[in-house]
Amino acid sequence: MALNDQQIYRYSRHILLKGVGGTGQEKLLNSRVLIVGAGGLGSPVSLYLAAAGVGTIGIVDADEVDLSNLQRQIAHGTSDIGRSKVDSAAEQIAELNPDATVEKHPYRLSAENARDLVAQYDFIVEGTDNFPTKFLVNDACVFASKPASIGGILRFEGSTMTILPGEACYRCVFRQPPPKDAVPTCAQAGVLGAVAGMLGTVQATEALKYLTGVGTLLSNRVLSFDALSMEWRTVRVKRDHKCPVCGDNPTITELVEYEQPACAIRPGEGISQTRDEHQLSGVR
Amino acid sequence: MTTAFGANAPEAVNNRENWGGIRMSDQKEQKADRTVDLLSEVCPYTFVKSKLELEQMETGQILQIHLGNSESASNVPRSVDLEGHEVLSVDQTEPSHWVVTVRRA
Repeated sequence: MALNDQQIYRYSRHILLKGVGGTGQEKLLNSRVLIVGAGGLGSPVSLYLAAAGVGTIGIVDADEVDLSNLQRQIAHGTSDIGRSKVDSAAEQIAELNPDATVEKHPYRLSAENARDLVAQYDFIVEGTDNFPTKFLVNDACVFASKPASIGGILRFEGSTMTILPGEACYRCVFRQPPPKDAVPTCAQAGVLGAVAGMLGTVQATEALKYLTGVGTLLSNRVLSFDALSMEWRTVRVKRDHKCPVCGDNPTITELVEYEQPACAIRPGEGISQTRDEHQLSGVR
Repeated sequence: MTTAFGANAPEAVNNRENWGGIRMSDQKEQKADRTVDLLSEVCPYTFVKSKLELEQMETGQILQIHLGNSESASNVPRSVDLEGHEVLSVDQTEPSHWVVTVRRA
């Protein structure tokens, strides 16, 4: 039995679950998950996956912790302001669960590194604040045949879908990033901090379901909610045979990087989850 | 009292004369393929550890679980049953000693 006594106690509430058990817990301990973005979504995702005993957690984020992040980015604390987010998150994860090893990737995900990076992991969670990265993660996962959860939040709303090899991908639903003028800036939009927790925990749950093999994943569906009315809805989507990346005759065969919205590259703004519209909610 | 049981439990724990458990089948005494001593454990760890044992066994094999408190003696058989395994017997052999025999599904 690979689980030691401490682990049996730590993960007892997982072991109790039908369909998970000690076998599922061992799968988690042997799993590798890549989290793209250590912000509003990446914080709850990384903390719940660490607490769950996911053995290796890769975190990609080039940013430093900003005071304006702390309203929702719960993997970071006041004393972390100015520190690298991957360092800050790694420290909190280490405190939460020594079984979880963090692989720090303190740089931007790019067309150059995305494919190699996703290839090293079993499941990818995308929780960034910008569309170019969502498309980059999608395309890289399609090319590398990796499953991923892609999520977005804005104001009081959140949306997410899980992409699996051979099933609908993000591009089957959204062809390309929205026009820049359609996207509110970080200063304009705002987000309720707890909404990041609502969506991030959905994404963490999808990762845990995939890794343990329980349940039905949020594939070929887009889930969205409006926290103001607390209405949740699921829209069915399907793989598009004309999809430019996963279709029968793909026109995109290499990773492409779209231009970042202007505010994303303005120094001193504090790159944050609040900045961009989340395109996933565009299906409503 | 915690006893270390080997592959086969002592005869005394199979004695049903002092049975006070919640259910008992008419199955013949089954030789256990595996025995787990959880006399010093409490809920939910009695079931957690029983489940971990069952996961390592083959379908049809018999697990004998030794429990040291009545709460576990009522909860473990119910939980094992909900997981789809067959509870063959629950025997109270001493005031603080229950033996649950399970066939792995």
